[in-house]
Formats: sequence, structure tokens, C-alpha cells
Amino acid sequence: MPSPHVVAGYTVPRVMFQVLLALVPVLAVQVYLFGPGPLGLVAVACVTALACEALALALRRRSSQSALRDGSVLVTAVLLALAVPPLLPWWLLVFGTAVAVLIGKHAYGGLGQNPFNPAMVGYAVLLVSFPLEMTRWPVPGPPWDALTGATALDAIGNGLRQGYTMEEVRAGAGFGRVGAAGAEWVNLAALAGGAWLLGRRIIRWHIPVAMLAGLAVPAALAHGLDPGAYPGALFHLASGAAMLGAFFIATDPVSAATSDRGRLIYGAGIGLLTWIIRSWGGYPDGVAFAVLLMNLAVPLLDRGTVPRIHGQPRR
Amino acid sequence: MSARAVLRGGLRLESHKTRPLEQPVQRLAAPTTAVLALDQGSGEEARAIVPPGACVRVGTPVAAGRGAAADLHSPVSGTVRAVEPRPTVGGAGTCVVIDSDGRAEREPASRPLAWATLDGAALIERLAAAGLAGLGGAAFPTAGKLALARAAGVELLLLNGAECEPWICCDDALMRECAADIVLGARVMLAACGAARATIALEDDKPEARAALEAAVAEAGDERLEVVLLPAVFPLGAEGLLVAAVTGREVPQGALPPEVGVVCQNVGTAAGVARLVTAGLPALTRIVTVTGSGVRRPMNLEAWIGTPITELIAACGGYDDKQPPVRLVAGGSLTGRALGSDAVPVTKGLNCVLVAAASDLPARTTEMPCIRCGDCAAVCPVGLLPQQLHRAVQADDAAGVARFGLADCIECGCCDYVCPSAIPLTARFRAGRERQRLHEAERRRAAEAKARYERHRRRLDEQAEAERRAFEEARRRARGDGAGDR
Repeated sequence: MPSPHVVAGYTVPRVMFQVLLALVPVLAVQVYLFGPGPLGLVAVACVTALACEALALALRRRSSQSALRDGSVLVTAVLLALAVPPLLPWWLLVFGTAVAVLIGKHAYGGLGQNPFNPAMVGYAVLLVSFPLEMTRWPVPGPPWDALTGATALDAIGNGLRQGYTMEEVRAGAGFGRVGAAGAEWVNLAALAGGAWLLGRRIIRWHIPVAMLAGLAVPAALAHGLDPGAYPGALFHLASGAAMLGAFFIATDPVSAATSDRGRLIYGAGIGLLTWIIRSWGGYPDGVAFAVLLMNLAVPLLDRGTVPRIHGQPRR
Repeated sequence: MSARAVLRGGLRLESHKTRPLEQPVQRLAAPTTAVLALDQGSGEEARAIVPPGACVRVGTPVAAGRGAAADLHSPVSGTVRAVEPRPTVGGAGTCVVIDSDGRAEREPASRPLAWATLDGAALIERLAAAGLAGLGGAAFPTAGKLALARAAGVELLLLNGAECEPWICCDDALMRECAADIVLGARVMLAACGAARATIALEDDKPEARAALEAAVAEAGDERLEVVLLPAVFPLGAEGLLVAAVTGREVPQGALPPEVGVVCQNVGTAAGVARLVTAGLPALTRIVTVTGSGVRRPMNLEAWIGTPITELIAACGGYDDKQPPVRLVAGGSLTGRALGSDAVPVTKGLNCVLVAAASDLPARTTEMPCIRCGDCAAVCPVGLLPQQLHRAVQADDAAGVARFGLADCIECGCCDYVCPSAIPLTARFRAGRERQRLHEAERRRAAEAKARYERHRRRLDEQAEAERRAFEEARRRARGDGAGDR
């Protein structure tokens, strides 16, 4: 037996199940705001993901036991289910999950090999294929009714384009105390879950802090220069998938940069791209595209951010 | 003084050191049959200089040092039975086997050494003849190290009392009980290597050892000596990291500590030096920690080099029947080497015998793909990205292996310890190095063959050229001669 003879005993499944546990507050808030819909979506996504994983492993002639038990595919499924609107037809989620697992993950070689965040691959494919369904959010309850309305990010994008001022836009529906109505609570729940993961050292601080800073700093600067055209940092942090993205999506280690410095740049890039897409892009929220774009930059970041080895001259 | 730079990465681990330290070090009787491995832990074998049948006494040299191997002396008086391959800590190796006559007759040369009257070079010669070697585990000859340091003009002698690996506590026991010897040894080595000052470094979780050392330093009244406390982080005791922690200077890649004005010696080595100057004894014993849940009474033993470790385990009450040992490890749980047999003899490099029961060895889960979580990079004490290095090693990508620093890996095992995918990173890196060595040898052979072939071609060409010229010359002469005839 080669050394070392002892191990700490952290395992990938344990990591994945703690991530799932940290997502429970987000799910709870969504259920509170939108009714039982999100529960159904999570169930549909999980079943689909497990089935796709089993299928992919069978096609690749791999043992399916440990891979099914490692929980990574469930994290993909739950993240996707929590990112889509609660009223999304279930078969669309089945399609999105299948894309995420089969193409986003297994086409590249499965766990550890995928260059793109699988959940965001599924989300992006759904968003460009079914833009209407993917942007129809119900008005947050309770009471839960099937009415859908514009989300705050939609309203700002459309309203400003139509020549309304920020005050006029923000007086309309869809706004909450600081961010988007409802979404601000979801973001708060994601922040809580993320803080717990940080405290348990399941994730490390570099990516979330850099991403939130990358989003908040340009937002604050732009807001300072022209408050009528740009909402402030707090609004951005409390809207859309900001917190879910920072703590749960961008932190997927497989598709993220791998050195500490690389992760700071990677996270900051996601935050900045999210803000750019939200401010000037055609889609209301930009987290998914920002993550995928920065996934593309990872090989370059990994190459350029190799830390100094002990004994090498200081740079 | 406290540590200048705190280690990046590393692990704070449960120490498992309390039980052997509950009682003083016990002296073990000399073995009836001493088995002296020619490789005492440095990876190089000394040259045996006694034939089978030769009579030896305690302290008689039985093997001459060379390279990384120090001189070796008999711990018993008696007859050389054989010079033959035997199981050793390193797997197997040539050993000088000596049957003791039980009389323990000493070499007459064993006399105290008036070290204060000797100059550095003469002292180093004496240390070499006494077979002193690094007792921290590497067993590199002390004299060689000091000679190198003297030539480089080092400024600091750094005594390593940082025993950071779990289970091992032989140095802690030594520092508690023989602090005065360590201080004396330090002063002798200062004289030998010409350094201006000596620092004894140990971790802050050894208050008893610290108190003993500080008292001994005060007693000696030598202003050049000081005791430095370091945080108890694994693997801070590794030479390069210790130098950085104490001085803030990093040893450049591929270089040795004298490059930055420092020479490191283990505290046990210093005590051995003291024993040489006070009693004239060569390196014949060392303290070994025998511990683990698989042994009845864990303790530190002063054992004669060449004693089979079965005798050490017997002295500790034998194996525990309730927790049967599942693995014997030479060294600690992170960097130790699994032993194939308990018949192997004590060597100068053997600091600990870990008799591990199942409860000491958490089961490794099956290996999973790397998820690039970077936990390994966070604990790597030399700042590598093990996740990237692993990829490069597995792909046999020479450029990647060089960029991600395979040569800089100190094989401490921290990355393995934290890896959630249970990837045996350290073993892979070791294998990668082995492969690299083979590639290197292959390349060298190819280059030599090419050079040989080119020499051969050149010689043939030259020969052909010379023949052609001789032929031309002959023809010219023949023509010239024959011109008149026509």
C-alpha cells in the first residue's frame, strides 16, 4: 500500500448531497411564492436526470452504480428545476434536463470532463428554443394564481427601451423592496444556503465573492453616473439568478477555473457579463449565458494563472 | 522568535502522540543477531568491508560509506554470519548479519573527543568515521551535509525538531530527555560547519520539549543558540518548508538549503554527535516510536541499529489481540512506507513503527473522476495544482508535467488526504517521476548511441577520405613515374 495511509473521508457524494441540502431554502421560498409547482418540477427533473444518467452510462458501457449514487446529476437537475419558471410545462423541463445530462455532461465524458456547466447548457437550450415559456413568470403569491406578469428585469429592459424613466418603471408591478418581487426572497434564500456551504467549506469564497463583486461594482458605478438608466447594485444582487448563480452555479468546480487566481477572474467575469447582458442584452437575465461564456475562457484562465511554486523566483 | 512565514496549505491533523510519551524512553537490549542493512534509508548502499566469519566488536566498522550512504558499525560483539539479501525497510537489500557473543566488548578506540581543539575539517572527518546520518528519516551522512555547508559558507545551522507527522514522537521524547545533548551537538556542529548561529525549531504543541531545550540553552550560555516555535502544521518539518518558515528564504528549485545559507540537521543527529564527543561512540542506536492501536503498550524505545522490529514490538507488549494489526508502517501515517514483514531491522532512518489496526486506517472509497474542486491545491504546501499535475501525469504530457511542477512535489500526501474523489495522487506522482526517470535514461541512452554512431561514421568517413587520398597520391605518383615510359 502506498502512502498516505489515511484520508480525511470527504467524498464527492457527500459534497453533492450537502449542496442539495443547501438548496432546500431556495425550494422552500419558491414553493411559498409560487405554490407547489417548483416541487413538481424538481421531481420531474430528478427522475429525468437519473434516467438519462443511467441511459448514458449504459450506452458508454460504464458501471452505473457509483455514478448514480454520487449525486452530481441530481445537483444538475435541481439547479435547472429551480432556475426555470415555476409554470414551465413539465415536458419542456424533461427536454432541458435530457439536454443537460446527455449533451452537457456525457457527450464530453461524464463527471469531471464537461467543459460547460450542464445545468446551464440545458437552461440556455430551453431559453433560446422556447423563449416565451422560459420568460413567463407567475406573479409571486400567496395567493397563488396563474396570472403571469413581467419580472422586474423584463420591466426595466422593456420599460427603459420604451422611454419610461426608472422611477416610472419601478413604480409598476414586479418590484419588491430592493430587487424583483419574489426573486429577492429567492436570492436571500440562496445567499443563506451559500453562506452555509461556505461555512462548511464545501465551496470556497473566491468565485461567489468575485461574481457578486463583478456584478455589483459596475452596477453601482453605472447607477452613480446615471441613476435614471441603470438600477443600483442592490437591485442587481437581489434580482434574477444572482445569488443562485454566485453560490451554486458558477461554483461548479468541473467547469470553473481551478486555481484561486483563475477563480477570481472567472467569477468576476461572470458577474460583469451578467450585468452587461442585463443592461444591454436581449435577454432579461444573463447568468446562464455569462456562465457559459466564462466556461469557454477556462482553459485560457487555467493556463495563465498557475501559481508560483515554492522555490521559484517571486514574480 | 516566532516563525517568519507561515506555511501555505498543509494540514492540522490529530497528533496521536500522547500514549508513547506517557513514559520515558526505554533502552532495548542489544539483539542476539544484528542485521545491518547496507542501505540505512538514504537509498544508497554502503560497501561491506567485513567477510563472513570475521570477528567484530561494538563499534567496529562493518561497511564503508559512499555517496549518500554513511559508514556503518557493529552494535554487538561477535561473528559476521553472512552478507546477504534480507527484507529491509526499503523492501529488500543487502545486510551484514552478525551473531552476538553477548559480551558487548567495545572497540578500544571509543574515547571522548576533545572537540574544542579540532578544526572544522577534522571534526567533519570524525563525524564521517562515526557513521552519523540524518535521523529524521533521510539518513543522509551528516558529515557530507556539513562539509557541503562549510564549503558554501552557511550562516545558520537549523536543528529540526519539527515532528509534524501524526504518530511519530521519537524526537519529542528525545528533546524532553536529552535536551543538553542536543545543545552540545549543536555547538559541535557549529564548529564543524562554520555557521554563525544555530536555531532549534519545534512546534508549539510540544511545551515540555520547548521548556527542556530552553533550559539547556540557558545552561550552555551560548549566545549563538536559540529555540524557535512553529505552528503545528503538517508537513512543516519537511526541510525546504522548515527553512522557509524559520528564515523566510525559499530554497530554489533543484537546490539544497546551503544555497540560502542554511544547513539542516535533525535533533536526533545532534544528540548522536554529542554521544560521539562525550563517549566516543559511533552511531549505534536511535529512538524509535512504536505505536498504533495494534500494539499493546505504545512507547518510544532506544533501539540498536540492526535490531529486528519484532523485538521492538515484543518490548511493547506485543500485538494487541483485540485490535489486530492490519498494516505495519515504517514512519508516519502520511508519508510512511508499508512494511512487508515485521522481521526487518531498525535502520538509522527508521523513526517510527506504526502498528496500524483497522481503526487507524479509514477505508478509502473507490476512486472517482477528478471534479477539479481544488481542495488539493488549497493544502499543497509547495503551491502546486495537484489536480492539473495529475491530468498532465496521466496523459504523460512532458510539458504539462514540467509546468505544473512534478519535480517540486515533496510527496507529503496532503492532496491525497483531502481528495473527495479518493484519487491516489501521491502514488501517481511517484509513478510519474519513475516514468520520467525511465524516459530520461532512455533519452540519455539514445543520445549516447547517436553520438557513438556519429563518431563511428566520422571515423569511417575519415578513413575513406584517407584511403582515397592515398590512392590519388599513389595514382598521381604512378602517372608521374609512368609518364617518361610512354
